Amino acid sequence: MLIALALLLAWLARNTLANMAARGIQAGWDFIGDAAGFDIGEAPIAFDAGQSYGRAFLVGVLNTLRVALAGIATATLLGGAIGLARLSRNALLSRLAGLYVELFRNVPLLVQLLLWYLLLVEYLPDPGEPLRLGSWLLLSKGGLSLPWPDEGGWSLPQPGPFAVEGGATLTPEFVALWGGLSLYTAAFIAEVVRGGVLAVPRGQTEAALSIGLSRAQVLRRVVLPQALRVIVPPLANQYLNLTKNSSLAVAIGYPDVVSIANTALNQTGRALECISLIMAVYLCTSLLTAALMHALDRRAAIRER
Amino acid sequence: MEPRDDFQPIPARRPPPPPGLAARLRERLFGGWLSGAATLAILALGAWALPRLLDWGLWQAVWVPDAEACQAARGHGACWGVVAEKHRLILFGRYPFEEHWRPATTLALWGLLALWSVLRGGHPGGERALAWGWLVGLLAGVGLLRGGFAGLPPVSTDQWGGLPLTLLLALVAIALAFPLAVALALARRSGPPLLRGLATLYIELVRGVPLVSVLFMASFIFPLLLPPGSNPDVLLRVLAGLSLFAAAYLAETIRAGLQSVPLAQAQAARSLGLTPWQVQRLVLLPQALRAVMPALLNSFISTFKDSSLVTIVSLYELTGALGLALSGDPVWRPFKVEGYLFVTAIYFIGCAAMSAGGRWAEARWRRGS
Repeated sequence: MLIALALLLAWLARNTLANMAARGIQAGWDFIGDAAGFDIGEAPIAFDAGQSYGRAFLVGVLNTLRVALAGIATATLLGGAIGLARLSRNALLSRLAGLYVELFRNVPLLVQLLLWYLLLVEYLPDPGEPLRLGSWLLLSKGGLSLPWPDEGGWSLPQPGPFAVEGGATLTPEFVALWGGLSLYTAAFIAEVVRGGVLAVPRGQTEAALSIGLSRAQVLRRVVLPQALRVIVPPLANQYLNLTKNSSLAVAIGYPDVVSIANTALNQTGRALECISLIMAVYLCTSLLTAALMHALDRRAAIRER
Repeated sequence: MEPRDDFQPIPARRPPPPPGLAARLRERLFGGWLSGAATLAILALGAWALPRLLDWGLWQAVWVPDAEACQAARGHGACWGVVAEKHRLILFGRYPFEEHWRPATTLALWGLLALWSVLRGGHPGGERALAWGWLVGLLAGVGLLRGGFAGLPPVSTDQWGGLPLTLLLALVAIALAFPLAVALALARRSGPPLLRGLATLYIELVRGVPLVSVLFMASFIFPLLLPPGSNPDVLLRVLAGLSLFAAAYLAETIRAGLQSVPLAQAQAARSLGLTPWQVQRLVLLPQALRAVMPALLNSFISTFKDSSLVTIVSLYELTGALGLALSGDPVWRPFKVEGYLFVTAIYFIGCAAMSAGGRWAEARWRRGS
C-alpha cells in the first residue's frame, strides 16, 4: 500500500513538472522581494504599492490576526451570555436564546457575511450624516468610528461635512467580517457553554443552594469553575474555527492573508507558493493549539485496558 | 400474644394540585426581580420591533414583480417581487431556461429520498436499502441534469447551478469522502505505524487549513497534478477538493465511533477466531457507524452549508446564483437584501428540517431497540 502511495506521489510530481514546463510557469520564492504593485485598503503597518510582496503578505497576516482576535473577544462575551441565557429559568429568555442559536447555526457563514456587508454599504447613511450609537460611536457607509487615544487624551469622532473626522474608523469590510464572525461563532460558543454547565451534576447546585448561597454565587463559585473544565477544549476549537473562517474575507474584500495571496497569485501565477503560504499560516496557529490541546487531553483521558 | 388485626393504614395524602397556568407563568417569567426585569425588557423590545418588522416584511411589502412599485416602497416595505421575478434564476442558476423541469425533477427526487430516509432511518436493518436508494437516486439525478440520452439535450456542467448544484456538491462530496474517511479512521486507529502517521498527518493538515485554501488548490493546483492535456472540469475538481476536505472531518467522527465500541467486543471476536480484518469489518465498524449516525448527519449539514464557498471559485450554486441573478441587473440590484433573505430562508429550512428529521429518526430508533 505504501509503495502504491509513493508511486502515486511520484506520478503527481512528474505531471506537475511537465505541466509547469509546458505552461512556462516558474517556481520559487524569488518574487517575494519584488514590488507588489497593488495598494491595500487597510494596513496596520505602513504599506504602498512600491513595497515588496513579502511585506504585503505580512500585512495580510496582521489583518487576519487583527480580525480573528477581535472576533474571539466579542464572540466569547456574546456566546457566554447567550449560553447562560439558554439555561435561564426565565422561559422567554431561554426561548429567545434558543432561537438565536438555531437561526445563526443553520445559515452558511458566507451568506451571513455577504448580507451584513450589503446592509452596511447600502442601507447606512452617508459618512456626512452618520448614525449615532450612544454618544461616541458613529456608524455610516464609511464604517464604524470610535474614540481613539491621542497624545495625552482621547480623539473623539465628529461628523464633518463629507466624512467623519477624528477618532479611529474601522472600514465596513472589517466591521462586516468582525460582526459576522462574532455573531456566527457566538451561536456555537453558546452551545459549548450550555453543554459545559449541564455537565456539572445537579447535586452540586442543590448542595450549594442548601448551604445558603445565592443563585449568582452558585453559578460563579460552584458551577462555572467545574463547567470550565468541560468548556475549554471545545472552546479552543471554536477559536480555531473562527480564525479559519476569517478566510471568507476574500468574498467581501477585506485584505486578510487569503485575499492578498489571491491577488499575488493572479499577478505572478505562482499558485503553488501562494497557496502553500496561506496553508502554512493557518497550520502554524492550528497545529500549535492542537498540540497543546492533545497534551491536555492525554492527561485527562480515562485509560481502558 | 395475639397478632393485632385492627391495623388501619393512614390513607395516602393527595399530592398538592399542580400549579395553575397563571402560577406557572409567574414562576417562569417573574421568578425573581432580575427575571422579571428581563421579561419586561424582552416584551418591550418585542413591542417595539415586531410591528416594524411585520410592517416592513408583510403589510407594506410589494409582492408582485413590479420594479416601480418596489422603488416606491423602498425604505418602508420589502420588495418580495424580486423573488417572484428572479426565483428561477436563483434556484437553478445558468441552467437553460426551457430545461428547468430537469433540475426541478432532480430536486423533487432527492426531497422524496430524504423523506424516505427519515421514515425508514429508524428501522433496524434499513441502512442497506437506504444506501442503495441514495446511490440510484444520485446517479439518476446527475443523469437527468447532464442529459444526452432519450432526446434530452446535453447540458454541460458549467451551466449547472442553484439549489440542485448545492445539494449535488454536498451529496457527492459526502459519498466520496465516506470510504476515504473509513480508511483514514482505521489507519489512524489500528494501522501499522507508518500508515498511522500518514493518516494522522493528513487529517491534522486538512483540519488545520480553511476550506477556501483547499478550493483554491482545487482550482489552481489540481490541473497541474494531472497528465498534461487532460483538463477535468471545474465541478469535478471542486468535488475532489470538497471530498478530500470533508474526509478529514468525517474520519475523526468515525474514529470517535470506533473508540466508543468497548474493547471487549474486539477481544471476544478475536477469541472466536475472526481475523483482525474481519473483526474491524464485521464487529467494530457496524457498531461504530451506528453510534455516530447523528454526527454523520451533522457532517452532511456542515458540507451543505460549506458548499456555499464554491462560489468563490466561480461555481454558481445557490449563493453564487443569487449574485448571478441580481448583480448584473440594474433594475433589480437594489433589492438584493430581499434576495439574500430568500436564500437565507432556504438554507435555514433545509438545515433545520434535516436536523429535525435526524432527531426524529434517532428517537424512534432508540425506542425500537
